Amino acid sequence: MALDKPYKDIPGTTIFDADQSRLGYHLNQFCMSLMKAENRTRFKANERAYLDEWPMTEEQKQAVLARDLNRCIALGGNIYFLAKIGATDGKSFQQMAGSMTGMSEEEYRDMMIAGGRSIEGNRTIGEKK
Amino acid sequence: MARITASVYTSHVPAIGAALDLGKAGEPYWQPVFKGYEPSKAWMRANTPDVIFLVYNDHATAFSLEMIPTFAIGCAAQFNPADEGWGPRPVPVVAGHPELAAHIAQSVIQDDFDLTIVNKMDVDHGLTVPLSLMFGQPEAWPCPVIPFAVNVVQYPAPSGRRCFALGRAIRKAVESFDAPLKVQIWGTGGMSHQLQGPRAGLINKAFDTAFLDRLIADPAGLSQMPHIDYVREAGSEGIELVMWLIARGAMNDKPPRVAHCFYHVPASNTAVGHLILENT
Repeated sequence: MALDKPYKDIPGTTIFDADQSRLGYHLNQFCMSLMKAENRTRFKANERAYLDEWPMTEEQKQAVLARDLNRCIALGGNIYFLAKIGATDGKSFQQMAGSMTGMSEEEYRDMMIAGGRSIEGNRTIGEKK
Repeated sequence: MARITASVYTSHVPAIGAALDLGKAGEPYWQPVFKGYEPSKAWMRANTPDVIFLVYNDHATAFSLEMIPTFAIGCAAQFNPADEGWGPRPVPVVAGHPELAAHIAQSVIQDDFDLTIVNKMDVDHGLTVPLSLMFGQPEAWPCPVIPFAVNVVQYPAPSGRRCFALGRAIRKAVESFDAPLKVQIWGTGGMSHQLQGPRAGLINKAFDTAFLDRLIADPAGLSQMPHIDYVREAGSEGIELVMWLIARGAMNDKPPRVAHCFYHVPASNTAVGHLILENT
Protein backbone atom coordinates (compact mmCIF):
# COMPACT_ATOMS: atom_id res chain seq x y z
CA MET A 1 0.00 0.00 0.00
CA ALA A 2 1.33 3.43 -0.88
CA LEU A 3 2.29 5.85 1.85
CA ASP A 4 0.05 8.86 2.40
CA LYS A 5 1.76 12.00 1.11
CA PRO A 6 -0.63 14.86 1.86
CA TYR A 7 2.13 17.42 1.20
CA LYS A 8 2.06 16.82 -2.56
CA ASP A 9 -0.61 19.49 -3.08
CA ILE A 10 1.31 22.38 -1.50
CA PRO A 11 2.21 24.85 -4.24
CA GLY A 12 5.85 25.67 -5.03
CA THR A 13 7.13 23.20 -2.45
CA THR A 14 9.05 19.91 -2.70
CA ILE A 15 9.23 17.95 0.52
CA PHE A 16 12.56 16.15 0.90
CA ASP A 17 11.19 12.72 1.73
CA ALA A 18 12.75 9.27 1.40
CA ASP A 19 12.05 9.10 -2.36
CA GLN A 20 13.67 12.49 -3.03
CA SER A 21 16.58 11.57 -0.77
CA ARG A 22 17.19 8.37 -2.74
CA LEU A 23 17.11 10.27 -6.06
CA GLY A 24 19.44 12.94 -4.80
CA TYR A 25 21.91 10.95 -2.75
CA HIS A 26 25.02 11.60 -4.87
CA LEU A 27 24.01 15.18 -5.69
CA ASN A 28 23.68 15.96 -1.99
CA GLN A 29 26.87 14.14 -1.06
CA PHE A 30 28.72 16.15 -3.73
CA CYS A 31 27.38 19.32 -2.06
CA MET A 32 28.54 18.00 1.31
CA SER A 33 32.09 17.65 -0.02
CA LEU A 34 32.17 21.45 -0.48
CA MET A 35 32.38 21.87 3.28
CA LYS A 36 36.12 21.29 2.95
CA ALA A 37 38.11 24.33 1.80
CA GLU A 38 40.38 22.31 -0.48
CA ASN A 39 37.38 20.80 -2.27
CA ARG A 40 35.85 24.25 -2.77
CA THR A 41 39.09 25.33 -4.42
CA ARG A 42 39.18 22.29 -6.68
CA PHE A 43 35.51 22.69 -7.63
CA LYS A 44 35.97 26.36 -8.50
CA ALA A 45 39.07 25.59 -10.59
CA ASN A 46 37.19 23.13 -12.83
CA GLU A 47 33.53 22.55 -12.00
CA ARG A 48 32.84 19.99 -14.71
CA ALA A 49 35.87 17.85 -13.84
CA TYR A 50 34.97 17.94 -10.15
CA LEU A 51 31.36 16.96 -10.85
CA ASP A 52 32.53 14.07 -13.04
CA GLU A 53 34.14 12.52 -9.98
CA TRP A 54 30.62 11.90 -8.62
CA PRO A 55 28.14 9.27 -9.87
CA MET A 56 25.49 11.93 -10.49
CA THR A 57 23.15 11.99 -13.50
CA GLU A 58 24.01 14.32 -16.38
CA GLU A 59 20.81 16.26 -15.61
CA GLN A 60 21.95 16.82 -12.02
CA LYS A 61 25.38 18.00 -13.18
CA GLN A 62 23.81 20.44 -15.68
CA ALA A 63 21.48 21.80 -12.98
CA VAL A 64 24.46 22.43 -10.69
CA LEU A 65 26.49 24.10 -13.46
CA ALA A 66 23.49 26.35 -14.26
CA ARG A 67 22.94 27.04 -10.51
CA ASP A 68 19.28 26.17 -11.17
CA LEU A 69 18.25 25.38 -7.60
CA ASN A 70 14.63 24.54 -8.47
CA ARG A 71 15.90 21.96 -10.95
CA CYS A 72 18.40 20.64 -8.38
CA ILE A 73 15.53 20.19 -5.90
CA ALA A 74 13.35 18.43 -8.49
CA LEU A 75 16.27 16.02 -9.04
CA GLY A 76 16.56 15.15 -5.36
CA GLY A 77 18.61 18.02 -3.96
CA ASN A 78 17.93 19.33 -0.47
CA ILE A 79 18.28 23.02 0.28
CA TYR A 80 20.60 22.56 3.27
CA PHE A 81 22.98 20.57 1.06
CA LEU A 82 22.58 22.89 -1.94
CA ALA A 83 23.44 25.79 0.35
CA LYS A 84 27.05 24.53 0.28
CA ILE A 85 27.17 25.49 -3.43
CA GLY A 86 25.87 28.93 -2.52
CA ALA A 87 28.49 29.26 0.20
CA THR A 88 31.18 28.32 -2.33
CA ASP A 89 29.83 31.05 -4.63
CA GLY A 90 29.73 33.56 -1.77
CA LYS A 91 25.92 33.80 -1.82
CA SER A 92 23.75 34.36 1.25
CA PHE A 93 20.83 32.11 2.11
CA GLN A 94 18.50 34.94 1.18
CA GLN A 95 20.05 35.21 -2.28
CA MET A 96 19.70 31.47 -2.75
CA ALA A 97 16.09 31.31 -1.56
CA GLY A 98 15.16 34.34 -3.65
CA SER A 99 16.69 32.79 -6.78
CA MET A 100 14.00 30.10 -6.74
CA THR A 101 11.05 32.48 -6.71
CA GLY A 102 11.38 34.22 -10.07
CA MET A 103 11.85 37.53 -8.24
CA SER A 104 14.89 39.77 -8.38
CA GLU A 105 17.13 39.86 -5.35
CA GLU A 106 15.82 43.31 -4.47
CA GLU A 107 12.15 42.36 -4.93
CA TYR A 108 12.59 39.31 -2.71
CA ARG A 109 14.37 41.28 0.01
CA ASP A 110 11.64 43.93 -0.08
CA MET A 111 8.93 41.28 0.16
CA MET A 112 10.61 39.86 3.28
CA ILE A 113 10.92 43.30 4.89
CA ALA A 114 7.23 43.90 4.16
CA GLY A 115 6.32 40.75 6.14
CA GLY A 116 7.13 37.91 3.75
CA ARG A 117 5.05 35.91 1.30
CA SER A 118 1.44 35.69 2.44
CA ILE A 119 -0.04 32.31 3.26
CA GLU A 120 -3.30 33.41 1.63
CA GLY A 121 -3.58 31.67 -1.74
CA ASN A 122 -0.48 29.60 -1.02
CA ARG A 123 -1.87 26.68 0.95
CA THR A 124 -3.04 24.36 -1.83
CA ILE A 125 -2.38 24.05 -5.57
CA GLY A 126 -5.24 25.67 -7.48
CA GLU A 127 -6.47 27.64 -4.49
CA LYS A 128 -8.08 30.99 -5.37
CA LYS A 129 -5.86 33.91 -4.34
CA MET B 1 18.88 16.19 42.70
CA ALA B 2 19.08 18.07 39.42
CA ARG B 3 16.05 20.00 38.24
CA ILE B 4 14.82 21.89 35.21
CA THR B 5 14.37 25.54 36.12
CA ALA B 6 13.33 27.13 32.85
CA SER B 7 12.99 26.70 29.10
CA VAL B 8 14.06 29.02 26.32
CA TYR B 9 12.67 28.98 22.77
CA THR B 10 14.25 30.78 19.86
CA SER B 11 14.76 30.76 16.12
CA HIS B 12 18.33 30.01 15.03
CA VAL B 13 18.64 31.86 11.70
CA PRO B 14 22.24 31.65 10.36
CA ALA B 15 22.17 35.27 9.15
CA ILE B 16 21.77 36.39 12.79
CA GLY B 17 25.10 34.73 13.58
CA ALA B 18 26.69 36.29 10.51
CA ALA B 19 25.36 39.75 11.46
CA LEU B 20 26.93 39.44 14.92
CA ASP B 21 30.20 37.97 13.67
CA LEU B 22 30.61 40.65 10.98
CA GLY B 23 29.77 43.52 13.35
CA LYS B 24 26.46 44.39 11.63
CA ALA B 25 24.26 44.09 14.73
CA GLY B 26 23.85 47.88 14.91
CA GLU B 27 22.50 48.20 11.36
CA PRO B 28 18.85 49.30 11.08
CA TYR B 29 17.87 45.94 9.56
CA TRP B 30 19.21 44.01 12.55
CA GLN B 31 18.60 46.45 15.43
CA PRO B 32 15.02 45.32 16.16
CA VAL B 33 16.10 41.65 16.28
CA PHE B 34 18.88 42.18 18.80
CA LYS B 35 16.79 44.65 20.81
CA GLY B 36 14.26 41.84 21.32
CA TYR B 37 16.98 39.77 22.98
CA GLU B 38 18.27 42.49 25.35
CA PRO B 39 15.86 41.43 28.14
CA SER B 40 16.89 37.83 27.49
CA LYS B 41 20.56 38.58 28.03
CA ALA B 42 19.75 40.35 31.31
CA TRP B 43 17.58 37.39 32.33
CA MET B 44 20.40 34.98 31.47
CA ARG B 45 22.87 36.93 33.62
CA ALA B 46 20.48 36.63 36.57
CA ASN B 47 19.55 33.02 35.84
CA THR B 48 22.68 31.34 34.48
CA PRO B 49 22.11 27.60 34.81
CA ASP B 50 24.68 24.90 35.56
CA VAL B 51 23.91 23.12 32.30
CA ILE B 52 21.89 23.84 29.15
CA PHE B 53 20.20 20.95 27.33
CA LEU B 54 19.98 22.45 23.85
CA VAL B 55 17.57 20.94 21.33
CA TYR B 56 18.40 21.96 17.75
CA ASN B 57 18.77 20.50 14.31
CA ASP B 58 21.88 19.88 12.32
CA HIS B 59 21.71 21.42 8.82
CA ALA B 60 23.68 18.87 6.76
CA THR B 61 26.77 19.65 8.82
CA ALA B 62 27.65 16.86 11.25
CA PHE B 63 25.18 14.50 9.57
CA SER B 64 25.21 14.09 5.79
CA LEU B 65 22.94 11.58 4.05
CA GLU B 66 25.29 8.82 5.23
CA MET B 67 23.57 8.73 8.61
CA ILE B 68 20.33 10.43 9.64
CA PRO B 69 19.58 9.88 13.33
CA THR B 70 16.14 11.06 14.41
CA PHE B 71 17.35 11.94 17.93
CA ALA B 72 21.08 12.29 18.71
CA ILE B 73 22.51 13.24 22.10
CA GLY B 74 26.01 14.74 22.32
CA CYS B 75 27.91 13.02 25.12
CA ALA B 76 31.39 14.44 24.37
CA ALA B 77 33.44 16.73 26.60
CA GLN B 78 33.54 19.39 23.90
CA PHE B 79 32.08 20.31 20.52
CA ASN B 80 33.77 22.53 17.95
CA PRO B 81 31.89 25.14 15.90
CA ALA B 82 31.57 23.71 12.37
CA ASP B 83 32.75 25.07 9.03
CA GLU B 84 29.41 25.19 7.18
CA GLY B 85 31.02 26.41 3.97
CA TRP B 86 31.65 30.02 5.01
CA GLY B 87 34.37 29.03 7.53
CA PRO B 88 33.68 28.25 11.24
CA ARG B 89 31.87 30.94 13.26
CA PRO B 90 34.33 32.81 15.52
CA VAL B 91 32.61 31.66 18.71
CA PRO B 92 33.93 29.71 21.72
CA VAL B 93 34.23 25.94 21.73
CA VAL B 94 31.16 24.40 23.37
CA ALA B 95 31.94 22.46 26.55
CA GLY B 96 29.69 19.44 27.08
CA HIS B 97 28.52 17.70 30.24
CA PRO B 98 29.38 14.03 29.60
CA GLU B 99 28.13 12.75 32.97
CA LEU B 100 24.67 14.27 32.75
CA ALA B 101 24.41 13.50 29.02
CA ALA B 102 25.23 9.82 29.58
CA HIS B 103 22.77 9.69 32.47
CA ILE B 104 19.99 11.19 30.36
CA ALA B 105 20.76 8.84 27.47
CA GLN B 106 20.57 5.79 29.70
CA SER B 107 17.36 6.91 31.38
CA VAL B 108 15.55 8.04 28.22
CA ILE B 109 16.47 4.93 26.20
CA GLN B 110 15.02 2.80 29.01
CA ASP B 111 11.88 4.91 28.64
CA ASP B 112 11.59 3.66 25.01
CA PHE B 113 13.15 6.63 23.14
CA ASP B 114 15.91 5.18 20.99
CA LEU B 115 18.53 7.93 21.04
CA THR B 116 21.71 7.85 18.99
CA ILE B 117 24.72 8.49 21.20
CA VAL B 118 27.29 10.82 19.64
CA ASN B 119 30.79 11.10 21.10
CA LYS B 120 32.33 13.23 18.36
CA MET B 121 30.46 16.00 16.55
CA ASP B 122 30.88 19.56 15.30
CA VAL B 123 27.97 21.90 16.02
CA ASP B 124 26.51 24.29 13.46
CA HIS B 125 24.53 27.55 13.60
CA GLY B 126 21.48 25.68 14.88
CA LEU B 127 23.26 25.41 18.23
CA THR B 128 25.62 28.38 18.27
CA VAL B 129 23.21 31.13 17.14
CA PRO B 130 20.88 30.62 20.15
CA LEU B 131 23.94 30.78 22.44
CA SER B 132 25.01 34.05 20.80
CA LEU B 133 21.53 35.52 21.10
CA MET B 134 21.26 34.68 24.80
CA PHE B 135 24.87 35.32 25.89
CA GLY B 136 26.22 37.84 23.38
CA GLN B 137 29.89 37.48 22.48
CA PRO B 138 31.76 36.19 25.56
CA GLU B 139 35.30 34.73 25.54
CA ALA B 140 33.86 31.43 26.76
CA TRP B 141 30.26 30.20 27.09
CA PRO B 142 29.23 30.59 30.76
CA CYS B 143 28.10 26.98 31.25
CA PRO B 144 28.31 23.51 29.69
CA VAL B 145 25.84 22.55 26.95
CA ILE B 146 24.44 19.15 26.00
CA PRO B 147 23.65 19.23 22.28
CA PHE B 148 20.54 17.31 21.28
CA ALA B 149 20.09 17.08 17.51
CA VAL B 150 16.73 16.25 15.92
CA ASN B 151 16.33 15.24 12.29
CA VAL B 152 14.16 17.78 10.50
CA VAL B 153 16.09 17.64 7.19
CA GLN B 154 14.73 14.43 5.68
CA TYR B 155 10.96 14.06 6.02
CA PRO B 156 9.43 12.89 8.27
CA ALA B 157 10.69 14.66 11.36
CA PRO B 158 9.45 13.07 14.58
CA SER B 159 5.85 14.04 15.38
CA GLY B 160 5.03 16.82 17.82
CA ARG B 161 3.38 14.24 20.04
CA ARG B 162 6.57 12.15 20.17
CA CYS B 163 8.69 15.23 20.85
CA PHE B 164 6.43 16.31 23.71
CA ALA B 165 6.57 12.82 25.28
CA LEU B 166 10.35 12.76 24.85
CA GLY B 167 10.53 16.05 26.76
CA ARG B 168 8.70 14.39 29.64
CA ALA B 169 11.22 11.51 29.63
CA ILE B 170 14.08 14.02 29.67
CA ARG B 171 12.50 15.78 32.67
CA LYS B 172 12.32 12.46 34.54
CA ALA B 173 15.95 11.71 33.62
CA VAL B 174 17.21 15.10 34.83
CA GLU B 175 15.28 14.79 38.09
CA SER B 176 16.99 11.47 38.83
CA PHE B 177 20.53 12.83 38.40
CA ASP B 178 22.25 12.82 41.76
CA ALA B 179 23.76 16.32 41.86
CA PRO B 180 22.11 19.66 42.67
CA LEU B 181 22.28 21.05 39.13
CA LYS B 182 20.03 23.77 37.71
CA VAL B 183 19.29 22.74 34.14
CA GLN B 184 17.67 24.80 31.40
CA ILE B 185 16.23 23.20 28.31
CA TRP B 186 16.17 25.16 25.07
CA GLY B 187 14.06 24.41 22.00
CA THR B 188 15.26 26.11 18.84
CA GLY B 189 14.39 26.58 15.15
CA GLY B 190 11.36 28.05 13.38
CA MET B 191 9.20 30.01 13.30
CA SER B 192 7.46 30.12 9.91
CA HIS B 193 9.89 29.99 7.01
CA GLN B 194 10.41 28.28 3.70
CA LEU B 195 13.82 28.28 2.05
CA GLN B 196 13.05 26.40 -1.14
CA GLY B 197 11.01 26.51 -4.33
CA PRO B 198 8.72 29.22 -5.72
CA ARG B 199 6.93 29.47 -2.33
CA ALA B 200 10.20 30.50 -0.59
CA GLY B 201 9.78 33.48 1.71
CA LEU B 202 6.51 32.27 3.21
CA ILE B 203 5.69 33.85 6.57
CA ASN B 204 2.52 33.13 8.57
CA LYS B 205 2.27 35.48 11.52
CA ALA B 206 -1.18 34.24 12.55
CA PHE B 207 0.11 30.67 12.76
CA ASP B 208 3.23 31.73 14.67
CA THR B 209 1.45 33.80 17.28
CA ALA B 210 -1.16 31.08 17.83
CA PHE B 211 1.70 28.59 18.23
CA LEU B 212 3.34 30.78 20.88
CA ASP B 213 0.05 31.15 22.77
CA ARG B 214 -0.70 27.43 22.70
CA LEU B 215 2.86 26.49 23.64
CA ILE B 216 2.37 28.47 26.85
CA ALA B 217 -1.19 27.48 27.70
CA ASP B 218 -2.01 24.21 25.90
CA PRO B 219 1.18 22.35 24.99
CA ALA B 220 -0.39 18.88 25.18
CA GLY B 221 -3.10 19.94 22.73
CA LEU B 222 -0.57 21.66 20.48
CA SER B 223 1.54 18.50 20.39
CA GLN B 224 -1.31 16.73 18.55
CA MET B 225 -0.92 18.99 15.50
CA PRO B 226 0.01 16.84 12.48
CA HIS B 227 3.07 17.43 10.28
CA ILE B 228 1.03 18.59 7.33
CA ASP B 229 -0.23 21.61 9.29
CA TYR B 230 3.33 22.76 10.00
CA VAL B 231 4.46 22.26 6.41
CA ARG B 232 1.41 23.83 4.78
CA GLU B 233 0.92 26.72 7.22
CA ALA B 234 4.47 27.50 8.43
CA GLY B 235 6.52 26.47 5.39
CA SER B 236 8.64 23.44 4.61
CA GLU B 237 11.28 24.53 7.12
CA GLY B 238 8.69 25.64 9.70
CA ILE B 239 8.53 21.99 10.77
CA GLU B 240 11.54 22.79 12.95
CA LEU B 241 8.95 23.99 15.49
CA VAL B 242 8.36 20.40 16.65
CA MET B 243 11.64 20.80 18.54
CA TRP B 244 10.07 23.43 20.78
CA LEU B 245 7.72 20.73 22.07
CA ILE B 246 10.64 18.71 23.46
CA ALA B 247 11.64 21.67 25.65
CA ARG B 248 8.02 22.34 26.62
CA GLY B 249 7.45 18.69 27.55
CA ALA B 250 10.40 18.87 29.93
CA MET B 251 8.70 21.59 32.00
CA ASN B 252 6.52 20.63 34.95
CA ASP B 253 2.74 20.40 34.65
CA LYS B 254 1.92 23.72 36.33
CA PRO B 255 1.33 26.89 34.27
CA PRO B 256 4.75 28.47 33.65
CA ARG B 257 5.74 32.06 34.30
CA VAL B 258 6.33 33.90 31.02
CA ALA B 259 9.59 35.79 31.59
CA HIS B 260 9.84 37.14 28.04
CA CYS B 261 8.13 36.91 24.65
CA PHE B 262 9.30 38.40 21.35
CA TYR B 263 8.29 38.13 17.69
CA HIS B 264 9.76 39.87 14.65
CA VAL B 265 9.67 39.55 10.85
CA PRO B 266 12.07 39.17 9.11
CA ALA B 267 15.54 37.87 9.81
CA SER B 268 16.66 36.98 6.30
CA ASN B 269 13.95 34.48 5.19
CA THR B 270 12.52 33.75 8.60
CA ALA B 271 10.09 34.86 11.29
CA VAL B 272 11.95 35.18 14.60
CA GLY B 273 10.06 33.91 17.64
CA HIS B 274 11.35 33.80 21.19
CA LEU B 275 9.96 32.81 24.59
CA ILE B 276 11.38 32.30 28.07
CA LEU B 277 9.26 30.18 30.41
CA GLU B 278 10.13 29.58 34.06
CA ASN B 279 8.91 26.61 36.04
CA THR B 280 6.65 27.64 38.92
